[in-house]
Amino acid sequence: MLRPRVIPALLVQSRSLVKTVQFDKFAYIGDPCNTMRIFNELEVDELMVLDISATTSGTGPDFELLQDIADECFMPLSYGGGVRSVEDAKRILASGFEKIVLNSAAVECEGLIQDLAAHFGSQSVVVSIDVRRNRGDYRCFIRSGTKEIADGPVDLARKLASWGAGEILLTSIDREGTWTGFDFDLVQSVASQVEVPVVAHGGCGVVADLVRVVHESGASAAAVGSMFVYQSKGFGVLVNFPLPEELGDIHVNTTSQ
Amino acid sequence: MIAVIDYGIGNTGSVVNMFKRIGVRAAVEADPRNVSSASGIILPGVGAFDAAMQQLKKTGMDKAVEDAVFGKSIPVLGICLGMQLLGTQSEEGSEQGLGWIPATIERIPEAPGLKIPHMGWNLVDANQESQLGRDLAVDTRYYFVHKFHMVPEDSSAVSMWCNHGIQFAAAVESGNVYGVQFHPEKSHKYGMNLLSKFSELTC
Repeated sequence: MLRPRVIPALLVQSRSLVKTVQFDKFAYIGDPCNTMRIFNELEVDELMVLDISATTSGTGPDFELLQDIADECFMPLSYGGGVRSVEDAKRILASGFEKIVLNSAAVECEGLIQDLAAHFGSQSVVVSIDVRRNRGDYRCFIRSGTKEIADGPVDLARKLASWGAGEILLTSIDREGTWTGFDFDLVQSVASQVEVPVVAHGGCGVVADLVRVVHESGASAAAVGSMFVYQSKGFGVLVNFPLPEELGDIHVNTTSQ
Repeated sequence: MIAVIDYGIGNTGSVVNMFKRIGVRAAVEADPRNVSSASGIILPGVGAFDAAMQQLKKTGMDKAVEDAVFGKSIPVLGICLGMQLLGTQSEEGSEQGLGWIPATIERIPEAPGLKIPHMGWNLVDANQESQLGRDLAVDTRYYFVHKFHMVPEDSSAVSMWCNHGIQFAAAVESGNVYGVQFHPEKSHKYGMNLLSKFSELTC
């Protein structure tokens, strides 16, 4: 019985943990290290740290912060934000992270996905595809949702996987921070067209959304922000994670007879 | 002191971190000359089989660890690709493995609806007679990421079984040679429990 991963996705901006709604309306959540420590105690399946200002501000990854996080966390860790070279990735992986998440650089840095896959293996390379729905049409964006690119999500996912990406983080910008449920159609459309695991992100509001996105849309994992850092919609900060028994329905039977 | 072998492949930092957390002395070791004075050896590894074997040979770590394990009876634990290197050969490459566990490394067969790599948390069936498998908590789960798995010639070497489309060896042991396909250093208290058991077997 494989348990699809449920992954707190935490946004970092200038050493603060923040939460956004539709990639906008920044709210301060707390200190990143303290929060990661709590998630470690809650024994979460995996943790994803996304520095949303590293690319747009040009500062690149905060290696010191990442080392501090890795020292406190005994679960799989992925990091995205401002990684533009094999050297950047090497430093982050050496500090104790397993996976590098690429968004802008996946499109802008030619050959980077191939190089990372060759050096560290595809399992270390996650590509993040940010999607907005525009009049029924799905469009992909880079640079924190500010720059539209030509490919649609299915084409982009296929292309990046063929270059060596081992996993796809698929984010619905429209749903992000809204608690209104994943964009189940979007997830289904991509997960059914690629071999690599798809991590659904954006919009989770209740545990039932997690179960649905795995069982109906074919996601291999789900990344969640607001629901794991707020007490409930419109309420204050409360770092939380469902108990194993609450996640019981999410298990997928991969067992041979 | 447990030596976590650094041969340029694999995440040594997380393993040392977890030993530190459970109060066991461990350090990254990149010098083959120091391996024989370790109390136990961790052989980590991620990536491709051939690249890892070539690095082990190039750094002289293959001989150093072999002398320590068979000449001085120091226990060794291979993690993930590190476990696969303990076998004789792999479908993934053409290099010979270390051959300390008679086993081949095979690809996880594709099946409808089955995502490969096997990535995520899974449960294991433990052999209660084994050193690493005995007295596991019933809810024990480990974090796996792999496309290949070990097939030992003698299935009694398997100390934990897991299932992903097929049943496969999640952990093996033979004498003082141990291997785990999952990542204990990334498996919370369950991983701490495993590394703690291994440390009790050290010299």
